[in-house]
Amino acid sequence: MTTQILIAGFGGQGILFAGKFLANKGLLEGRQLSWLPSYGPEMRGGTANCSVVLSDEPIGSPIVNKPDVLIVMNLPSLDKYEKAVAPGGSVFVDSTLIERPVAREDVKTYYIPATKLAQQNGIPTLANMILLGKVMRESSFVSFEGIEDAVRSVVSAKHADLYEVNLKAIRLGYEYGA
Amino acid sequence: MGNKVLMKGNEAIAESAIRAGCRHYFGYPITPQTEVAAYMAKRMPKIGGTFLQAESEIAAINMVYGVAATGRRVMTSSSSPGVSLKQEGISYIAGSDLPALIVNVQRGGPGLGGIQPSQSDYFQATKGGGHGDYHLIVLAPSSVQEMADMTALAFDLADRYLMPVMLLADGTIGQMMEPVELPEAREPQFAEKDWAVTGTKGRREHHIVNSLYLVPEQLEQKNFERFERYARIEREEARFESFMMEDAEICVVAFGIAARVSKNAVMAARREGLKVGMIRPITLWPFPSAALAEAAKTVKGFLSVELSMGQMIEDVKLAVSCSRPVSLCRRTGGMIMSPDEVLAKIRETAGGNE
Amino acid sequence: MVVFEKPKSLTDAEFHYCPGCTHGIIHRLVAEAIDALGIEGRAIGVAPVGCAVMAYNYFACDMVEAAHGRAPAVATGIKRSLPENIVFTYQGDGDLASIGMAETVHAATRNENITVIFVNNAIYGMTGGQMAPTSLPGQVTQTSPYGRDVSVAGYPVKVAELLSSLDGPEFIARVAVNNVKNVKNAKKIIEKAFQNQIDGKGFSLVEVISSCPTNWGMTPDKALAWVEEKMIPYYPLGVFKDKTAEQEEKKA
Repeated sequence: MTTQILIAGFGGQGILFAGKFLANKGLLEGRQLSWLPSYGPEMRGGTANCSVVLSDEPIGSPIVNKPDVLIVMNLPSLDKYEKAVAPGGSVFVDSTLIERPVAREDVKTYYIPATKLAQQNGIPTLANMILLGKVMRESSFVSFEGIEDAVRSVVSAKHADLYEVNLKAIRLGYEYGA
Repeated sequence: MGNKVLMKGNEAIAESAIRAGCRHYFGYPITPQTEVAAYMAKRMPKIGGTFLQAESEIAAINMVYGVAATGRRVMTSSSSPGVSLKQEGISYIAGSDLPALIVNVQRGGPGLGGIQPSQSDYFQATKGGGHGDYHLIVLAPSSVQEMADMTALAFDLADRYLMPVMLLADGTIGQMMEPVELPEAREPQFAEKDWAVTGTKGRREHHIVNSLYLVPEQLEQKNFERFERYARIEREEARFESFMMEDAEICVVAFGIAARVSKNAVMAARREGLKVGMIRPITLWPFPSAALAEAAKTVKGFLSVELSMGQMIEDVKLAVSCSRPVSLCRRTGGMIMSPDEVLAKIRETAGGNE
Repeated sequence: MVVFEKPKSLTDAEFHYCPGCTHGIIHRLVAEAIDALGIEGRAIGVAPVGCAVMAYNYFACDMVEAAHGRAPAVATGIKRSLPENIVFTYQGDGDLASIGMAETVHAATRNENITVIFVNNAIYGMTGGQMAPTSLPGQVTQTSPYGRDVSVAGYPVKVAELLSSLDGPEFIARVAVNNVKNVKNAKKIIEKAFQNQIDGKGFSLVEVISSCPTNWGMTPDKALAWVEEKMIPYYPLGVFKDKTAEQEEKKA
């Protein structure tokens, strides 16, 4: 099985980091994977997106053209990528930042007020990981088990203090609406 | 699955170069290859190597020339506009028969172009680039694993044939992360070479590293000798990957990221019952012409898939002596075709032959 | 008793230089410095593009031929690879001060531990006498047939002064080879520029005011007189920077 994931939002929202978490999770599970960031003059404030492909077979294109899973953290990203989602795919929306609903009717939709939850829980920069928690609850392309190891491998040694809060964020999202 | 780590393509180049015994890196910042320089800046000082941010691409390649003249492994990396600037030095390195690695993580052009992935430096890389009669061995990785493997291979080929080797990647392969098994670390080789400048120590005649021959008969002879070596490389070093070609009626030809996208399209076409395969050139020079000529005996048509206005297609046509139609699927300027676009072209190519 | 012999650091190859050209003297001074310091076995020279392009045939040490202007970058690569060797470049004014200015300035500012011999004869000799970055105001050349007009072609580059404004380089000096006294001083200064490298002090450049009778359209003796009357007043001789001496002065 091959799952194509596209994460999109503003630079600075941890879009690439969220993708790296999924990539590391995939690596720990012995899956085939690719992680491809958008790059260029979009460090903070601009748009950023990240393609992650997880598969049991060698991966062809690392570019996600038709995401099975779309995670969006701003309106321009929803506008841009909604049409591309594969029929039957899933769209995860940060509903604090995006007010409109998903127009497509042939996809599964999940609305999570991730940014609000992050602020309420004192982890204002981790809405991205809250969304990932929800993604892991609702889909099965990676398992929730072993998230500790994946967080450890994606949080650099220099920022070891971020280990606990990232775990907290993922768990928050995982429990949200459950 | 072995000891795999998650790395960006650009980082894999840098780490693999160090493991291949390269202790000298000279570069100049340019997107999308800057991770190579950043990695080298971090690692080289810790292992007694040289990282130097040169004042220009021109200076960087000439520093490479200097180290190469001493017989040590050395490299530089850049992206398209920067590689244009390096052409002078590359020609001198080729003309002096020195081994070196030049990495081009391509972006769209011409001119300042853009910063998104491209393959439009194919002509520059495979047909000369700089002035004079010479070739580079050109390797085209299509995964992070190949970025690592081909960096090591590039140093070995450069040493074996005493010539510069180019790793021709693109922004996608440079920026993406994939699990990679890094090659074994090798110690730098400091063996005295019979051409290197290391100081005569008063024990031998002086060595001269040079590409100047004012007597045309001598220069012609030099070029003849070099091209005899090139002929051997064409016979022995052409590399390619063959994918689903056994019963193929359509042969897609693509390298690098275009081959990754094409692979999806080939599989989709197979699901539709179309007999499609792919030949992926791994060396762009020498071009795997023999493999394509062989395929031309059985397939009905070829489809060249490229991130350029159509450059490799010329070599495909030459390889099959225009005995079969060769069509083109292209995007340029930093755009990448989707598997659907390739699939549509495959259908067109298949339909046109019925 | 032999009172005059060829330095060991020169090969037996015959110079191709024009009659009256001072490259021969400067080659000899460099070779004598290498001999005197006993570094022939570990010296590596980098030849330029210009009249001295075939210097690799004349110096008996290992030699590399660089592209036009790139000698300091090539020397940087060699020195970084072989820090125990003694690496020098030998460059003309077009090579060093025009097309290779960036390489020159940056090797200097990095205080790259190399020795640069810069031959300034105010003209492109090899290509037949075009205006150089160091051609004097009013100087007639093939490409300034009405004399160098500074309002069009700009002013000459004073390399020694320019480089001595940098914090990086160890030693910058200008000498001339137009008479015995100046040649003797040049010999001393060139030797110091190599000694500095042996001592690990860093970038040492010696600008040598030289003559080009052929392209100046003068007899050799007139050319030497022109050096004295025109060039030296514009390009004053002396030591422009000597970091070690400055530091010792401060201590004292």
